[in-house]
Amino acid sequence: MSLAEVVLAVMWVGVTLYAVFAGADFGAGFWDLFSGGARGGRESRALIERSLGPVWEANHVWLIFVLVILWTGFPAAFAAIASVLYVPLTVAAAGIILRGAGFVFREPVEGVGMKRTFGAMFAASSIITPFFLGAVAGGVASGRVPAGPVEGMPAHPLTPWTGPTSLLGGTLAVVTTAFLGAVFLAVDAQRQQNVELTEQFRRRAIGAGLVAGAVVMGGIGVLADDAPRLFTGLTGRALPLVIGSAVSGIGAIVLLWKRRFVAARLAAVMAVVAVVWGWAAGQYPEVLVGDLSIDGAAGSRSSLMAMLVCLAVGAILFVPPLALLLLLHARGRLTDPARQ
Amino acid sequence: MQAVAPFLAAATQPDLWAARQQMALSLGWHIVIACFGVGFPALVVLAEGLAIRRNDPVAMALARRWSKVLTVLFAIGAVSGTILSFELGILWPGLMRTFGDVWGLPFAIEGIAFFVEAIFVGLYLYGWDRFPPKVHLLTGIPIVIAGVASAWFVVTANAWMNQPQGFDVAKYRAVGVVTDIDPWKAMFNPATPPQTTHMVLAAFMVAGFGTAAVYAASMLRGRRGRYQRLAFGLAFAMAAIVTPVQIGVGDWAARFLAERQPVKFAALEGLKETTTRAPLNIGGLYIDGEVRYGLEVPGALSWLAYRDTDAQVAGLNEVPVSEQPPVAVVRTAFQVMVGVGTGLLLLSAWFGLYWWRRRRLPSSRVFLWAAVAAGPGAALALEAGWVATEVGRQPWIVYGVMKVQDAVTTAPGIRFGYFALIAVYSAMTVGTVFVLRRLASVPLPPDIEAAP
Repeated sequence: MSLAEVVLAVMWVGVTLYAVFAGADFGAGFWDLFSGGARGGRESRALIERSLGPVWEANHVWLIFVLVILWTGFPAAFAAIASVLYVPLTVAAAGIILRGAGFVFREPVEGVGMKRTFGAMFAASSIITPFFLGAVAGGVASGRVPAGPVEGMPAHPLTPWTGPTSLLGGTLAVVTTAFLGAVFLAVDAQRQQNVELTEQFRRRAIGAGLVAGAVVMGGIGVLADDAPRLFTGLTGRALPLVIGSAVSGIGAIVLLWKRRFVAARLAAVMAVVAVVWGWAAGQYPEVLVGDLSIDGAAGSRSSLMAMLVCLAVGAILFVPPLALLLLLHARGRLTDPARQ
Repeated sequence: MQAVAPFLAAATQPDLWAARQQMALSLGWHIVIACFGVGFPALVVLAEGLAIRRNDPVAMALARRWSKVLTVLFAIGAVSGTILSFELGILWPGLMRTFGDVWGLPFAIEGIAFFVEAIFVGLYLYGWDRFPPKVHLLTGIPIVIAGVASAWFVVTANAWMNQPQGFDVAKYRAVGVVTDIDPWKAMFNPATPPQTTHMVLAAFMVAGFGTAAVYAASMLRGRRGRYQRLAFGLAFAMAAIVTPVQIGVGDWAARFLAERQPVKFAALEGLKETTTRAPLNIGGLYIDGEVRYGLEVPGALSWLAYRDTDAQVAGLNEVPVSEQPPVAVVRTAFQVMVGVGTGLLLLSAWFGLYWWRRRRLPSSRVFLWAAVAAGPGAALALEAGWVATEVGRQPWIVYGVMKVQDAVTTAPGIRFGYFALIAVYSAMTVGTVFVLRRLASVPLPPDIEAAP
């Protein structure tokens, strides 16, 4: 494994953790939007607020890690992706801003109208953001981002991210986050012994899981046509991960059916992790499909080394408190009313 | 197809105006909130520490109230910072493609610091009544340290843009290839010490004066209980202690520029020609290559730059016109920063002397009105300082190495992204002000409000 591959693997760990943890947070926002009217949805929204409150900012930081590792480790790839796909990235960035603001603004304001306004801002951007990030992923995966600086710039800013693979990526991101979000919320509701909400999110999780499965099935056909290189990888080297994802996904739905929520959450996470790594394995060893390999995109050895050392030292600093935060939160010690 | 015509029309030429405006909007917005992210946690922790130590319910009420404000400020600081990472690539791909690996390291370290901050913010904000008081206080301390650290590291990256090193500069200038990269050397460049210190202190000033202004306004409306006095005193004292140090650091930063970035220094002072015994012009306007209507102090600029009234100070004419920044903007911004900074220094001295002589807060209406003005004033000085340093570096994005026009994206239609972001930031500004006012209007418990 070359140094550049190690850096890319570290970055991909970041992508994975972002997809899982921030993904579940985005999914919670998705369900916030579909929680019904102000009165009927009050409990559901309160659960969502408690579930996100202490952790959403930490979960968001994985994205920042991914960005800085990408530009330090693979400057040419970052510059190409960001400039060619600037439209979906700008929308996603605006979505990130409005989502965070909507979330923290909703709690302190009074009156249904204000709460609804900020809540809608939070919930709508929880769907918009993953969709456009997924569209970015689709643009990269289908080889629509050329590496060249000026000559590579497409004449029209919409073409690189409106292809079939981008639409698939966006849709998949939304349904997957909705699935993860519902599963995580079902676990939280069960821990809080709220039978009604547990059942509600169980049904939502099963529904979203089935939709996600259908999108993946349909997606295979899209990739075969629109992203042939990735398709070859997915049906070759990455096949075990693809199968693993399918098995975990089906397993998660079965476990939800049997009301074994904690196990279902693990299976759902595994399904998402397998998709993320399946993409990586399928596209390996290209960073920009058809244009830029991992070693070709890599920055200087001294910078990769320095960054790895810093991330390793940094991990010692942030992993223990992060584990503490996530663990306390998973046990309801930071938000559950009954356990004060 | 009518609607996409502007996209295509813009495709041939990079839209430097839109890229600059968008970056300035995002950075200018984030930087004020980020200052609160750095300086405000210290105030919250200070209030809680006092409350625990003295078993003081008023200080505790204050710490809890401020903690709610921190929830909002930290969140919008975090999300408004994220877009900057996107924009470095969206708007300046030439810079990132060429130098991403040279100056990326401090951003990675900043990411770690920010992670620590976000984790402990989660623990602190949701840990009230769930951890024992002293443990809860301890979870606040990493927020303060990590906040300062993340500001420090990210400013080293900006310092590198002013003093690029950590690669073979001569070779890059000659053939445009980056070699011999040393990211540590890039991070610890000569501009790092003055710039990082100047920025971190500025953050404490903005947070301190900004917070104090809210309570000064409250006191002017007749609410002069212990709660308001404590809040005002803590916040104003933090800023007032930092301010004199900042003036010294500002002098250091300016002398550094005279030495290492003489063109920027000349632009700050509006010095067109290289001059011995250079005068300092206070106030006035830079029109047609000279400062008019200013107060001229002979030899003072030479003294400020080199501690010698006869020293020679380099003027803008040392470089061709194409490498000179827009002087009027830079000089005006610098004058505003120095002017407001001087005012804040006087106000801090007033506060300090009053406290020293009478052991209580100055409470005259004149002082309180000045303290109200000091809040937005500190933010104005911050923005002016950033305009001065950023515009003063033009036309370079990396000083002496890469021009802005060679870094900007060639993607068509970016001004539509800029217009969309104007709407987003307008909504954010309105929302933030509205929510903070809402938080401030929640009545205090009667016993806290009545505490004399």
